[in-house]
Amino acid sequence: MAAISRAASPTTTKKRRFSDEAISGWISILPWLIGFIVFTATPFLLSLYFSFTNYNVLQPPEWVGLDNYKRLLTNDRLFPKALQNTVIYAAMYIPLNILSALGVAMLLNKARHFTGFFRTAYYLPSITPAVATAYLWIWILNPNDGIVNSTLRAIGLPAPGWTVDPFWTKPTIVITEIWTLGASMLMYLAALQGVPRDLYEAATLDGAGPWRRFKDVTLPMISGITFFVSTISIISALQVFTQGYVMFDENGGPDNSALFIVMYLFRRAFGSGYFQMGYASAIAWVLFMIILVVTLIQFKGSKRWVYYEHDTRK
Amino acid sequence: MATPTLSYEEQAQRIPQVGSVAPERRPAVLRMNWKDILLAIGMVLLAVAFIFPFVWLIMTSFKPPAEVFSGDFFPSRWTTENYEQVFTQVPLWRWMGNTFLVAILGVVSVVLSSSIVAFGFARLRFPGRNMLFALVIGTYLLPGAVTMIPTFVIWNEFGLVGTLWPLWAGNLFGSAFYIFMLRQFMLTIPQDLVDAARLDGAGYFRIYWSIMLPLVRPAIVAVAIFEFNAKWNDFMGPLIYLNNPDRYTLALGLHSLEASFQELGTQWSLLLTASVIFTIPMIIIFFLFQRYFMEGLAHTGIKG
Repeated sequence: MAAISRAASPTTTKKRRFSDEAISGWISILPWLIGFIVFTATPFLLSLYFSFTNYNVLQPPEWVGLDNYKRLLTNDRLFPKALQNTVIYAAMYIPLNILSALGVAMLLNKARHFTGFFRTAYYLPSITPAVATAYLWIWILNPNDGIVNSTLRAIGLPAPGWTVDPFWTKPTIVITEIWTLGASMLMYLAALQGVPRDLYEAATLDGAGPWRRFKDVTLPMISGITFFVSTISIISALQVFTQGYVMFDENGGPDNSALFIVMYLFRRAFGSGYFQMGYASAIAWVLFMIILVVTLIQFKGSKRWVYYEHDTRK
Repeated sequence: MATPTLSYEEQAQRIPQVGSVAPERRPAVLRMNWKDILLAIGMVLLAVAFIFPFVWLIMTSFKPPAEVFSGDFFPSRWTTENYEQVFTQVPLWRWMGNTFLVAILGVVSVVLSSSIVAFGFARLRFPGRNMLFALVIGTYLLPGAVTMIPTFVIWNEFGLVGTLWPLWAGNLFGSAFYIFMLRQFMLTIPQDLVDAARLDGAGYFRIYWSIMLPLVRPAIVAVAIFEFNAKWNDFMGPLIYLNNPDRYTLALGLHSLEASFQELGTQWSLLLTASVIFTIPMIIIFFLFQRYFMEGLAHTGIKG
């Protein structure tokens, strides 16, 4: 983070300007500070408060203590289902996203001709709006007439019930999301290009083969990006919403197999006839705790495997 | 690599002649040849996987509606029937206008606010700066699901639920990710420039506006494009805040179009054609600003 340490010593710059500069500094960050108070800190605390109440927006919140949490964790058929769906989805999506993004980036990094064309081709799906992507893929993966299943049948392979079989709904969403791996791929590509060539040369001289060079040079050198991409993937996968909602419906399709936590939260809060803001806030906080724990583990664990080239201080 | 004028065969033939003097064995060239071919095949296949669904979609939008699931690549008869249909059946122009409005307002507000905040964090020294900047990073990691409901309640208190305001006005206060990104860029601008301007009597706002902003233009453009993309694609926001079809954005409109099919069964040709129309503006913007897209993304992860 901030490289300039400015402890008590008013080091080089003119001291008389300091208060002037400080005031300008405070003014410049004022937009963010107001936004932080109104749209982050207040909602954050309100959400915690709501989770202990019954609240339907029209009447003031009514305090119910831990009731929402109790009901959620012991007496709700759909919440465990949504939690399980989300975890299964995340377990498929996160590793697959990282591996494919890295794989595609490595291919691109090796290529010498038409790199611009290929980079654009691989990135293009990522700018397709999520709702359009969703319809595109449920059409392509339509179990009866879709192009994928028609092709599979034509060559005598089994045709999965992508959108109708509870087993296949989550893989269907994973495929759709992997199609849009462009952003992670570009970050990996930039990281790969940043690995100094002489490291590979030195490794080769020491007798390292391609696998050793990948494992002992490439992976450590790009571990910072892996950390970034995996953190973002975790946070977004645990909050998956649009694909499930659009490709299936607000109940998560066949047997609620694509009902994810945020979809369930959304349904309780805004679904027709619900408006259970208190209950939905409790769902949000359980999700928040899960994300917090996973992210903390991720940050703690990263000390072991993330290599910071410039980290000479400390 | 070797000069492109020589084919691999020619190179392979030359090597034995040179080989007597060359200190190292050179069949490596032959091995690379195979690798190159495999690499090229892999890359082309991948490109097909990424591009084909999209090309297929565009082709289908020009097919007669009955051929929406046909296995033929080209339409049996090229027609703009689907496009005429979709524009008459739903207020697509209106939705597009709403989406543009939200996107433009969102972009302008987020660029101005985030850049001025980033300038403060990057270039001005004030008490509490490091702590507050840590807070910015913290808010970036805060899941949106947590603040979703109270944020709705707050907009409801303002009486703005049902309008386009909640979809973009939060941008007036900057966005953690962009603040972080722009600050990293601003840190690379030499402090001497700022000091010199100070000596010439320029105020901090002047320095921000006339020195910093022009110098970090690529980053500003990247932020603008990312935000445009985000607002153009946003589905959850409109789903929560909009209830009048006249105010719908394209994402929500497209979904409402699908929902309206329930009884007749999905009219795929219309839905897919609307999807094409929804995507085209993003593609145009992408090709216009491709460089900024790529560079912006490349920079996000690395620095910091």
